[in-house]
Amino acid sequence: MQEVVHTSNAQREIGDVVMAMKHITLRFGGVVAIKDISFDIRAGEIRAIIGPNGAGKSSMLNVISGFYRPQDGEIWFNGQKRRALRPYQVARQGIARTFQNIALFEGMTVLDNVMTGRLTHMNASMFWQAIWQGRAEREEMQNRERAEQVIDFLEIQHIRKTPVARLPYGLKKRVELARALVSEPTLLLLDEPMAGMNVEEKEDMSRFILDVNDEFGTTIALIEHDMGVVMDLSDRVVVMDYGRKIGDGVPSEVRNNQDVIDAYLGVSHD
Amino acid sequence: MFYREAGDFKTSYVSDSQTFPIAFDRYCYFVTLFIGVVVLPFVVNDYIVSAILAPFFIYSIAAIGLNILTGYCGQVSLGTGGFMAVGAYSCYKLMTGFPEVSILLHVVMAGAITAIVGAIFGLPSLRIKGFYLAVATLAAQFFLVWLFNKVSWFYNYSASGQISAPERTVLSIPVTGPNVEPWAMYLICFAFAFISAVLARNLTRGSLGRTWMAIRDMDIAAEIIGVNPLRAKLTAFAVSSFFIGVSGALFFAVYLGAAEAGDSFGIQKSFIVLFMIIIGGLGSIFGSFAGAALLVVLPVFLKLLGVDLMGWPTDLVAHIQLVIVGFLIILFLVLEPHGLAQLWRLGKEKLRLWPFPH
Repeated sequence: MQEVVHTSNAQREIGDVVMAMKHITLRFGGVVAIKDISFDIRAGEIRAIIGPNGAGKSSMLNVISGFYRPQDGEIWFNGQKRRALRPYQVARQGIARTFQNIALFEGMTVLDNVMTGRLTHMNASMFWQAIWQGRAEREEMQNRERAEQVIDFLEIQHIRKTPVARLPYGLKKRVELARALVSEPTLLLLDEPMAGMNVEEKEDMSRFILDVNDEFGTTIALIEHDMGVVMDLSDRVVVMDYGRKIGDGVPSEVRNNQDVIDAYLGVSHD
Repeated sequence: MFYREAGDFKTSYVSDSQTFPIAFDRYCYFVTLFIGVVVLPFVVNDYIVSAILAPFFIYSIAAIGLNILTGYCGQVSLGTGGFMAVGAYSCYKLMTGFPEVSILLHVVMAGAITAIVGAIFGLPSLRIKGFYLAVATLAAQFFLVWLFNKVSWFYNYSASGQISAPERTVLSIPVTGPNVEPWAMYLICFAFAFISAVLARNLTRGSLGRTWMAIRDMDIAAEIIGVNPLRAKLTAFAVSSFFIGVSGALFFAVYLGAAEAGDSFGIQKSFIVLFMIIIGGLGSIFGSFAGAALLVVLPVFLKLLGVDLMGWPTDLVAHIQLVIVGFLIILFLVLEPHGLAQLWRLGKEKLRLWPFPH
């Protein structure tokens, strides 16, 4: 799936462009949420999108995952210009995501939630499913195995059969990551994976994100507010403010960019 | 004491994902099945079958159908009666049109026809949700009943406007018509209910079931993991209508023998089946059976108690029954929205730990 394979402890290798956003403009009526933004995401990297509240970060993610249709601009994915797609079609192209406010299926167990992430890999006909034989059963068991690997990887084995509604916040976030990860995405979008977590949970989550990138070679684009986390995790950072792009580059570059410091990291204005 | 998972190790995903993972449950299931197949046919009499067992199994199938749509996929429907009528009338047309084909096939075909009709009436569900969808399905209910009364082709131009089931046999034993033995009626209803339950269980624990539950729990998240909402909802409508159609066909052909759309498949049918799944438990196959059992047995029990034992007038008992059902629905909606099935589940949880609850 990934063109670039890298060894575990070496510096991450950045591959070709997986996704390129070209001159994206998104308006809601008179409000311009995203104004002429271009950036790319390369294979195997962790790409962060940062910016103050209301900068248009989540809108950007929603554009990528097909919830919003930009009025202007092109999205290139895997070297092809993407036509306007519905969210489920985007998912089938290999883009998975998590939400800022957890969007799990509360009435189902953790295992069932993770298994839903495999739906795009399951296509036994209704007939075989109804009699639970042949292809349907085989498929169910193969995908169960994949699901269990991810459950293992994210250390949520003990809550496998627990209904999601009963879990604490931090674990729910992890289950949501598992659900996104189990679909073996080419590109994984994380919308504030660490929002509302305490330090320990953040450390766990950071470790999982790095491990995912390392073990599976998954390309990750994430939105995050915790600057420390962003600077440590990401390979390249896009900075947005009021719908515009004001910075793009490796963390050290961005950190020293005067526009970014003004807009986001904060300077005294006296 | 014997209700334990301890020592019952699962070594494969197949054995872990079976319907009854706990050994004791499995034994109970087989014992129930054994009693149902081998013992009951020899002991049932006409009264037990026509007052309790036949309607219980037939309503169970309808409740399974509605539960798939409402309990698993979250789409409220008040069109159950209308879809049962579709099953009944298509079964009638098939029985009279192709007398040489087995009645079993006719019932299944009636289900298939209802599935198509159900999917068509499910189309609005992509745009409307909740109450509005309920109203749209209510329109289906009234439209279908009107259609079957209005177009005389559906009842073969009979003078009474009724449809009546001609005699049909399975293995040369009559299962429809006036000469049905109670045990034959019992067995055919049992067989259909059993097979429906197994099929529904398999569908709901597999990937299709997860698709439906994903739509029910959060449709936006379902879409982001690759679920096509239209497809998911339409399959739910189709599968649900299939079971409801089968139950309508059985209700008409095997149980009633003669039916008229407005009387037999009116709005009350839709409500009764909806009450069954609310009381029994939304999103549970067992709950469908439990709810059907309660609502079928309750009137019989009240009649025995009130009319036969206490000598109250029949209409008073009928009203008491309405009061009790209404009270039960409010009670369950407030206290236990997942119904009898959830109570059963909680009871089993307790039993697993008993007598040491910590």
